[in-house]
Amino acid sequence: MNNFTYTKAQSTEEAVAGLAKNSQAELLAGGTNLIDLMKYNLQHAEHLIDINHVQGCQTIEENSAGGIRLGALVTNADTAYHPLIGQRYPLLSKAILAGASAQIRNMATNGGNLLQRTRCYYFYDAHAPCNKREPGTGCSALEGYNRIMAILGTSPQCIAVFPSDMCVALAALEAVVRVKGPAGERVINFEDFHRLPADTPHLDNSLQAGEMITGIDLPEEGFEQNYSYLKLRDRNSYSFALVSVATGLKLSGDRIDLARIALGGVAHKPWRVKEAEEFLKGKTASPENFTKAADLILEGAVGFTHNAFKIELAKRAIVRNGIMALNPSETQRPGAQPSL
Amino acid sequence: METTQLSRNTNTSKIDCIRTVTFTINGQSTQLQLPPWVSLLDALRHHLHLTGTKKGCDHGQCGACTVMCDGKRILSCLTLAVSKDQSSITTIEGIADNGELHPLQKAFIEYDAFQCGYCTPGQICSAVGMMQEGKAQNRAEVQELMSGNLCRCGANSQIIDAIMEVYIPETHE
Repeated sequence: MNNFTYTKAQSTEEAVAGLAKNSQAELLAGGTNLIDLMKYNLQHAEHLIDINHVQGCQTIEENSAGGIRLGALVTNADTAYHPLIGQRYPLLSKAILAGASAQIRNMATNGGNLLQRTRCYYFYDAHAPCNKREPGTGCSALEGYNRIMAILGTSPQCIAVFPSDMCVALAALEAVVRVKGPAGERVINFEDFHRLPADTPHLDNSLQAGEMITGIDLPEEGFEQNYSYLKLRDRNSYSFALVSVATGLKLSGDRIDLARIALGGVAHKPWRVKEAEEFLKGKTASPENFTKAADLILEGAVGFTHNAFKIELAKRAIVRNGIMALNPSETQRPGAQPSL
Repeated sequence: METTQLSRNTNTSKIDCIRTVTFTINGQSTQLQLPPWVSLLDALRHHLHLTGTKKGCDHGQCGACTVMCDGKRILSCLTLAVSKDQSSITTIEGIADNGELHPLQKAFIEYDAFQCGYCTPGQICSAVGMMQEGKAQNRAEVQELMSGNLCRCGANSQIIDAIMEVYIPETHE
């Protein structure tokens, strides 16, 4: 890890001013990803601005639009176990608790979860070419071992996946990210927050220089009656997703009034296909219809040497998760196995 | 490793960066002068000589460095010591009560819940945190909520046995 200076900011204004003053400064929240990357010498901040004590981003509250605002600095654990989230957005609780370990969830913040970097092996290997880490050097994953890599939205520059579970649920919930920067405050729709790699894979998201996340707004609809988060991975806990699915349904009997489906582990951002959600509207919540929706969601998917299995796995996960969402009291209880 | 790697950024000298950190470690108020890049783990082991807390992977993957900070289990390897100024830290050295082993420590002995012992301090601190959180309702959920602590010897089933002996979920709801 390189040497750096350190200050604590007490307000978002102070934090944003600190970023404006030094382009080599980084914000420190939970640190679970930033400190790790600095230890690997993959990230080199000259100055860290500790925002853990910043006021105004520390609570979970109902907002004026009938939804909930998640403070950027509330930990993942406090969010997942918050009574309002458990009751109104259980899909979000389930997704958060599927990620990382209890210790990491006690440290990691909501804002930081959105900003975590990929876990692509080659991104972490400082000796390997990686366009995300060093633009222009090439993508080692294309011809390398690419079992965990993306199958949708890839570019010849980068096939890394975004690793968050929480963000898959936030995508399905159509959350809105609140940010503050030198030009003031603005909001970013969740689907526009994370980027596809295209020709600029070093840019993970649409935050501008000097901006910080202050909160995440959840709209009123939480799909608390019919939801499911299914995470498929190489071991049953403390492992990143090969494929994950967040599904929220509004039903009239067995007919679907509204469907949201987001995939994790398959792309550089949580993956949603609105045509598939539109297709399900008015249809019966049946395996046949979820299969057709899955085909629409995976349209254009391309596998690489070791990850083509993800295409079929994702389709089956979408179908299974659609059925699981019909009966969340059984399938979503803590400790329930994905085979349910 | 905390002060030796000056790979880039050498214009930031150590002396300019030193900060005073005051925290309570196992009930004792402690003050250290530290550069900001020292992890809480290195502060405990190298500066306070509390070597009970172990450095396994040093990257947040194994849980050997788990300590309690203000009542919550965290990974000391991914925590900057300076960021925990004014906090209260409990390490494995502070788990026993006046020489009386914590029930979890006794259960780990009784159930033979270790071989090499390297993961044990982290396992016990993590289990203390897990019990205080009180979210697990059964063995499978205890396993899930202890998954951040790896045992490479193969004592994992005894570790869960030991925790289950002490943890009675009903009393924590």
